[in-house]
Amino acid sequence: MDSQRIEAAGSGRRRFLWFTGLGALGTAGAGGAAVMLDFVHPKVLFEPPSSFRVGRPESFPVNSVTADYARKVYLVRTEVGFFALSAVCTHLGCITRHVEEEGAIFCPCHGSKFAVDGSLLMGPATRGLRRIAIRLEDGELVVDSELEVEKDAVLRV
Amino acid sequence: MNVLELKERVVATPVWRSIFRHRYLDSNRNRALTVFSNVFLHIHPVKVPEKSLRLRHTMCLGGLSFALFLALTVTGVLLMFYYRPAIPQAYRDMKELEFVVTSGALLRNLHRWAAHAMVLFVFLHMARVFYSGAYRPPREFNWVVGVLLLILSLLLSYTGYLLPWDQLAFWAITVGTNMAEAAPLIGPKFKFLLLGGNVIGENALVRFYVLHCVVLPLAAAVLLAVHFWRVRKDGGVRPL
Repeated sequence: MDSQRIEAAGSGRRRFLWFTGLGALGTAGAGGAAVMLDFVHPKVLFEPPSSFRVGRPESFPVNSVTADYARKVYLVRTEVGFFALSAVCTHLGCITRHVEEEGAIFCPCHGSKFAVDGSLLMGPATRGLRRIAIRLEDGELVVDSELEVEKDAVLRV
Repeated sequence: MNVLELKERVVATPVWRSIFRHRYLDSNRNRALTVFSNVFLHIHPVKVPEKSLRLRHTMCLGGLSFALFLALTVTGVLLMFYYRPAIPQAYRDMKELEFVVTSGALLRNLHRWAAHAMVLFVFLHMARVFYSGAYRPPREFNWVVGVLLLILSLLLSYTGYLLPWDQLAFWAITVGTNMAEAAPLIGPKFKFLLLGGNVIGENALVRFYVLHCVVLPLAAAVLLAVHFWRVRKDGGVRPL
């Protein structure tokens, strides 16, 4: 557009139409972009639930680590009680693996190492495994992998 | 009637004349018309200085990148006849292409190796342009277009990675999308929209498929047209 000519037209009809037209186009464009963004945003997700039952407390021996790789969670029972760790590596999201003989948890992708209480032993991860919510419901342990809790949270049973 | 007479008669028909509007007498005018009355040829300049055709000026790296892009388009379209972006069909279709379909393994390997080669040649092309100072004015905008094309090449390579739906694909996309998530502010939202959910599943596969087969190649085609046109307008290779 020849801005000098518009400038010369001053505050007349041409200027009014120019800004009205631009405003209308801008509004339509912004509306279209917003609808587009909403379009690519899925409304219903068919994903596994983040909250699930893992079993009765008495079925886990004291001082044990039980891995459920399909649901990406470790259930740890200590002398004090239970806690659950997300098995998803805090570095870039691979599924870690508990190695009984080493008494530690390893990530196969980039070699991070974690203790069975979730604390970081070796990088490239910069923080320990997420401790996730665990509660007792109808005599069964229920884990919520989306809900992160304090690093020292333990469920006493 | 010999061949020359036949040619004369065909060239004189109204049908021929409607497609090619000029004769082929060797004149400057006709040489120019040949180039700019043809949609494919007109991307090229009418005249190219002999000096600029020397191989060592460009090593033909841009041309090789484009040739690989064309090869990838052809092999990619052929692979699409057998591939379904669904779980578990995607992995089975990949296996079927590899072991059952005639020439399937050849096509798939051509597609894969051409993809690796394209990334390599785009990098080399960029390095050549950099070291020969061809990014300097008046060609600085074409350097920017080139950078966008490099990004598109990498995104095409990355989105294609998920499609075989094997372990390598799954974990490569896990790691890659977690890197994207680390971007400030928009990271988590961008990852969610890219995957169409929180996990790498059917939605993610379809999204990567559409990006890989339609959105990114179209964007690349448009930018390639701009890129070539700017090369022509800026005078191609002129030794500095």
